[in-house]
Amino acid sequence: MGLLSSLMRQWRGNGAASDPRLLPEAQLSGPMPWVIAIMIAMTVIAAASGLALRNAAQTASADLEGGVTVQIVTAAPAERLRQAAAVVAALKQAPEVANVQQVAQEDLNTLVEPWLGTRPGDDVEALPIPALIDVRLKGPATADRVAHLRALAVPVAPSARVDAQAGWLAPVFAAIGTLQWLAGGLIALLALATIAAVLLASRNALGNHRETIEIVHMLGGTDKQIARVFQRSMAFDAAAGGLVGLLFGVVTIVTLSRQFAGLGSGMVAGAVLHWQDWIVIAAIPLAGIALAVLTARMTVLAALRRML
Amino acid sequence: MSQPDAEIVQFDNVGLRYGTDKEILADVSFTLYPGCFYFLTGASGAGKTSLLKLLYLAQRPSRGLIRLFGTDAITLPRERLPGFRRRIGVVFQDFRLVDHLSAFDNVALPLRVAGVSERDIVRPVGEMLDWVGLGDRQHVRPATLSGGEQQRVAIARAVIARPDMLVADEPTGNVDPDMALKLLRLFESLNRLGTTVVVATHDVHLIRKVPESLIMRLDKGRLSDPTGALRYPPRRQTPTGASAPAPL
Ligand SMILES: Nc1ncnc2c1ncn2[C@@H]1O[C@H](COP(=O)(O)OP(=O)(O)OP(=O)(O)O)[C@@H](O)[C@H]1O
Ligand SMILES: [Mg+2]
Repeated sequence: MGLLSSLMRQWRGNGAASDPRLLPEAQLSGPMPWVIAIMIAMTVIAAASGLALRNAAQTASADLEGGVTVQIVTAAPAERLRQAAAVVAALKQAPEVANVQQVAQEDLNTLVEPWLGTRPGDDVEALPIPALIDVRLKGPATADRVAHLRALAVPVAPSARVDAQAGWLAPVFAAIGTLQWLAGGLIALLALATIAAVLLASRNALGNHRETIEIVHMLGGTDKQIARVFQRSMAFDAAAGGLVGLLFGVVTIVTLSRQFAGLGSGMVAGAVLHWQDWIVIAAIPLAGIALAVLTARMTVLAALRRML
Repeated sequence: MSQPDAEIVQFDNVGLRYGTDKEILADVSFTLYPGCFYFLTGASGAGKTSLLKLLYLAQRPSRGLIRLFGTDAITLPRERLPGFRRRIGVVFQDFRLVDHLSAFDNVALPLRVAGVSERDIVRPVGEMLDWVGLGDRQHVRPATLSGGEQQRVAIARAVIARPDMLVADEPTGNVDPDMALKLLRLFESLNRLGTTVVVATHDVHLIRKVPESLIMRLDKGRLSDPTGALRYPPRRQTPTGASAPAPL
């Protein structure tokens, strides 16, 4: 890493030869690139998680938005079938409904089998499994619409329970929302920690070079000229750290997403990163560099103002 | 910019104390005119360095008035200090070379700070280092130079940008008499080009070598001026010493 940031200094080489060589830049860096690398890696991972969660929530809610489920909960199988048929017939007439379909009883049985622990030979029929009717609306399942469907269903089927599908997942969405806030908070904390690290490093560097800074002041050097040296040094450190951090973060994300993809579950399958998300992630090191340089500049200028 | 005849420095009842101690400088009043050559003498601890620090804006006085290049230096806002400092070349008593820079880069520093292009730096700096006898040691760090060599680098750095005023604190303290004389000739030639020169020294022989110089004497923080040459200095055209006082 030290090599990387000193290489970057080399590239600058003669290009900026007119810049006054005032302070020994190599001595400014120390552990700074590593600190930045860790911060960037963690920010990248936190941001990727936040974005993936957002995408998962969006995919899931798009699927569920127009979905309403009607359950017919009654113990008598014949009555259950009658009410289900009545509800299907009634709801087909509603203008906001795009499609109504009763979930086949065999499908239901296979669905509940692993949960109820039934084996071949067990009398699944004897269990009061509700009839399920899947309703697709033309628009989102708002409370008003659900109420309207309920008003249509209950007169013909007294044991019908009408719920928006999104409503079932409300706790999951709430959890995802919380996790997103957590990711955002984590990123904010990482930014604060970066600022603090840069601030301390800059103050430290200022202390080490106080003598030289005084001389440069006496020779007519301006605060901005001196600050520029620190900024540039910080920019190189942050660039080296940012690159390594980004690399590490991306490798982590890709590895994690492969493992999640292996789970093959519906909700997780939605947790992918789009190309726009990758742009955001690629911008993180740039934002880190900007933050570090700006912090260094303000720290140095503030300290210099206290000198004569 | 100052008028040709206007004073370059004016001290009026200046006092300086460090912290709450007694005054190191008290009631210091004098005027320096452009193009003159001044010596500042006085025993060790008399306050020479302190007075020069006020002159090159490294220190603010605790009382009194200081005008520099026709501007009130006490109320000078911070952002205007660099512009003033670039017009003053300083040879510090302790050299104050930048350790991590080569002799060449040390001498080039005032030019780089002033934004002179690298093209216009190489030749003058090389020539100046040749002049002070360090042409073959340009790329050496100060730490590996002798005291006298460091002093010469410090002098080269102070004069490289052709300042309006040169302030030198014991600039020949570490060199042999021949080199001292040579450096003095450098100051004189700069003086002839219009630079006001202020040299603090104990060395009476050195002072005698510049017959047209004016002498300020510090005694325990007070400026003694028996001839009135400082309160009523000569006009710029006749910088011939205390014998030609001219009222303000
Ligand atoms: N930064 C400081 N803080 C406190 N006292 C100081 C400081 N600098 C100088 N002094 C005191 O001020 C007095 C004058 O010091 P100064 O360096 O101006 O003397 P000088 O005439 O230059 O002496 P020398 O010929 O030995 O260089 C001394 O008594 C010294 O102790
Ligand atoms: Mg002194």
